[in-house]
Amino acid sequence: MALIADALGQAGRLFRRMALTEAPARPAARARRDPLEALAGPPEVVETSPTVGDEVKYTTCYMCACRCGIKVHLKDGKIRYIEGNRDHPVNRGVLCGKGSAGIMQQYSPAKLRKPLLRTGERGSGEFKEIEWDEAMRLATDWLGEIRRTDPKKLAFFTGRDQSQSLTGWWAMQFGTPNFAAHGGFCSVNMAAAGLYSMGGAFWEFGEPDWDHARYFVMFGVAEDHDSNPIKIGLSKLKANGAKFVSVNPVKTGYSAVADEWVGLTPGTDGLFVFALIHALLEADAIDFDFLARYTNATWLVVQNPGGPDHGLFARDANGVPLAWDKTEGAAAASSRADISPAVVGTFDLADGRKAVPSFQLLAERYLDKQYAPEAVAERCGLTAERIRRIAAEIAHAAFQEEIVLDQPWTDWAGRRHEKMIGRPVAMHGMRGISAHSNGFHTCRAIHVLQMLIGAIDTPGSWRYKAPYPKPIPGGPPPGGKTTAPNTPLSGMPLGFTMGPEDLLVEADGTPKRLDKAYSWEAPLSAHGLMHMAIHNAWAGDPYPVDVLFMYMANMAWNSSMNTAGTMKMLTDKHPDGSYKIPKIIYSDAYASEMVSYADLVLPDTTYLERWDCISLLDRPIGSAHGPADAIRRPVLKPDRDVRPFQDVMIDLGARLGLPGFTNEDGSPKFPGGYSDYIVNHQRKPGIGPLAGFRGEDGQTPGKGAPNKGQLEAYIANKSFWRLELPHDEAYFKHSNKGYLDHAVKLGMIDKADQIVLQLYCEPLQKFRLAAEGHGAIQPPERDRERVRTYFDPLPIWYQPLEEQKIALDDFPLSALTQRPMAMYHSWHSQNAWLARSSRRTSST
Amino acid sequence: MTCLPAPFPGQKKLGLVIDLDTCVGCHACAVNCKEWNASGHSGPLSDFEAKSDGVWFNRVHTYEAGEGEASRTVHFPRSCLHCEEPACVTVCPTGASYKRAEDGIVLVNADTCIGCKLCSWACPYGAREFDEDDGVMKKCTLCVDKIYNENLPEEDRQPACVATCPASARHFGDLGDPNSKVSKLVAERGGYDLMPEMGYKPVNKYLPPRPKKTGASCGSKASEEFSLIDLAERRAAKDEIAVKTGAEPTLAKADGKGAAFLRWADRVLSR
Repeated sequence: MALIADALGQAGRLFRRMALTEAPARPAARARRDPLEALAGPPEVVETSPTVGDEVKYTTCYMCACRCGIKVHLKDGKIRYIEGNRDHPVNRGVLCGKGSAGIMQQYSPAKLRKPLLRTGERGSGEFKEIEWDEAMRLATDWLGEIRRTDPKKLAFFTGRDQSQSLTGWWAMQFGTPNFAAHGGFCSVNMAAAGLYSMGGAFWEFGEPDWDHARYFVMFGVAEDHDSNPIKIGLSKLKANGAKFVSVNPVKTGYSAVADEWVGLTPGTDGLFVFALIHALLEADAIDFDFLARYTNATWLVVQNPGGPDHGLFARDANGVPLAWDKTEGAAAASSRADISPAVVGTFDLADGRKAVPSFQLLAERYLDKQYAPEAVAERCGLTAERIRRIAAEIAHAAFQEEIVLDQPWTDWAGRRHEKMIGRPVAMHGMRGISAHSNGFHTCRAIHVLQMLIGAIDTPGSWRYKAPYPKPIPGGPPPGGKTTAPNTPLSGMPLGFTMGPEDLLVEADGTPKRLDKAYSWEAPLSAHGLMHMAIHNAWAGDPYPVDVLFMYMANMAWNSSMNTAGTMKMLTDKHPDGSYKIPKIIYSDAYASEMVSYADLVLPDTTYLERWDCISLLDRPIGSAHGPADAIRRPVLKPDRDVRPFQDVMIDLGARLGLPGFTNEDGSPKFPGGYSDYIVNHQRKPGIGPLAGFRGEDGQTPGKGAPNKGQLEAYIANKSFWRLELPHDEAYFKHSNKGYLDHAVKLGMIDKADQIVLQLYCEPLQKFRLAAEGHGAIQPPERDRERVRTYFDPLPIWYQPLEEQKIALDDFPLSALTQRPMAMYHSWHSQNAWLARSSRRTSST
Repeated sequence: MTCLPAPFPGQKKLGLVIDLDTCVGCHACAVNCKEWNASGHSGPLSDFEAKSDGVWFNRVHTYEAGEGEASRTVHFPRSCLHCEEPACVTVCPTGASYKRAEDGIVLVNADTCIGCKLCSWACPYGAREFDEDDGVMKKCTLCVDKIYNENLPEEDRQPACVATCPASARHFGDLGDPNSKVSKLVAERGGYDLMPEMGYKPVNKYLPPRPKKTGASCGSKASEEFSLIDLAERRAAKDEIAVKTGAEPTLAKADGKGAAFLRWADRVLSR
């Protein structure tokens, strides 16, 4: 154990032992001593109150994606012990194996030490160490040339970057649309499904109501997303006597402690959910009040097969979707609070068109016999009786065990309700669903099920984590429709498309982004497609780039499912001997896979050596109880010639003269680096990277002037900030006036309008209509059929694409791979403790 | 050979209670233990450059119990049980392995341990680990240098494995006191001894998995048979909405579609 021995000193240990033996012996605690035993010397005197360390610093963990608060004990400038921060809203004092192994990450021999310039062939690992001045000059030259001529020739892809609100904004200021982080192959189908359906999503934007749920269904979670909160929550659920059902072909991990393990056939979750919906619809186990008040179940969908408006919502002159008011017997704005909307029926609109409530389309589809439990059971690998029983259990928990909280609240229309009534069925899903090629629709199916039983942000159900819910979908369209020399993009590179008009495609349908995100190949790719970046840069498809700039991005390899091919692409040359990917800049703290293939390596610090912010503008750590954010602060000084990546980006931004990073006189806007940016950058007036302790006096939460003492305030508050929402804002956030008004005040949303949950997803129908030949922007022929098939406004199920390519009779078994819990999301295979903790043998 | 302390009334028996119902096998306890103890009483603990896997006071083993879908994966954290009658102590030829009278913690005095490994042969639980680098035997100290540590806030004076466990599957306390929280937990949940037939009287207890909830209910209605048809009827009665189905009692059967749409057409809803 060389490292910790170094930290404390082997000699120190021996000295301690000697000192202790010399200490006056306490009265022998043991009554008898064996003569032989006595010969060995005096009994041990145990030091029970050794000094733990000489300093304690609170910061945020980065050993996985969970972002727990940690308390770091330092001794003689080295880490003695890392434990969970009891006050932190994410982990409440606990810490998983990954977080506890942070000490080995800090002292890993794989750390990079100095900027590197490639001297040998790519992949040879031959570099020379260079000074930062030279490294920054080179990077500025390479990038400056691109920016002056054609900014999209920079492809900037970051890995499990937790500073995406900075890196995305940097790309926007640079003027390249070719930016994304790892989400595109991680969870984008689930994130998009959630954001387009309910303005939130599983994992980062929502959580089960651990305190009140009576029935918890977890779909395909692989011990991740998020690590400690789920474990804390499961323990609570079980203590409360709730039933936990794990729907997952994998039986280890959380399934191991489930009351019921539903080990269905991989990729059939969607069918299983449809069968549950079928059974619930048959039995009227549906919360119609919830549907009418909070969802678009009653919105009228135009029925005009073959027409350009078929399947779109009928809208009034103001663009507000219509519902059929049974009181007046006429169509009325669905936003009116005084109507009695129909859930089924075919209605004549004033303009003569026919329309039906979206619920009717939904019910017709899922009541069809093809989705009966009996019809899907075999495909799912379950029995129909079991599916029906689970449906009955869900219905029972939802409707017979409803949770009633004596908590008045005011709804979106200003009506006061005396109680909060909830359906205590909570659901959660992640990796298994997001890893499937039918995951988007499967996830939508789960959200539809949640809506049908009234289990979205009601007591006992799934709840939004602040700053969610957001309007559906959750943001502006992607920037990058046009790019020009020396010009920022019109908006952030990643966003949300609402129809073909928001796509980033040329007139002939050619993608405008290197990774082909937001093209007809991937219209809803809200996180970009990092896994395509290396391949497309190599192939020059849709166009060649000049610099590929990556940050902690080994997953661009690992998730390409083609590591040998990736190495070839990175080293492949044109006939003239030049590399097909001309220049590669890479930043990482460790000598990871990508390092050997880079031309210029910018060594990053560890997570314990830098400033960072876990921002509401990025991937927030709020909970259902309120918004929260956090900082990382340097708890150690680097002992190497390395710089925090974010500092480097801000410096590069200033050297390149990017508008957001320079003052009018050309001087750097954030000479203090990332910590300067964290405090002083304003994305919109009053809104910056950190929401806590704003305003000049540090007293304003959410939205307020920059506060020079903000970081000190965070440090004094153990490196995080949270705001506990008042109890009357705790549930029904999509329709809770108190919450919505508060969220506007805090800068979390722009308007306090009701966020109506979308059972029926109209943007999908817009893409489908284009594929059917309507509108000015249509898919190229090769994508037309695919878009028509898969862009269904109601969830569909299809065989996973990989299964479609084989004869299932020949390959009836599926192999599932999954990292063990202690390694999940730990992107550091060199961590000795994590690598060894799973071994079963002892050395005795 | 080494003697055990003479028993006396009210003797403290500090130990752990491990809940197999909520342990998800995440290894948090094992790694946090390693971290604390690498610089603790018995530290450093070999691993990094040693040929062996290194010394771990706490390891989590995973077993499959039963067959097929009804089977269960059991995650089983294993560490020293601080037995009342520990053979690992009585076999020790030098007194290096000893049990503390004041709290029952079993420790190894590295200064007098000769590395003969008799104790590891005597321990039926596999709880002892030989440190190849130091040539001495090591084991769980119950964080003796943490649980009494006056340099730590009182709430942090718990073994590292207990404080860090995300699933609250580990509890620490005095199992000699029948009124302690841990003793009550053991009584309530049917906590048991590992291999009691060996006669070593382990202090640590394991809580068995709670009975799995089967059937319709998650609460008091566990025995009640329940179906969706009952539910539809009960809801209809509760809502005082007549279910116009042509009085077909078997909604779940055949084509419920037409009937369902008829019912829903009569729904009176408000925004």
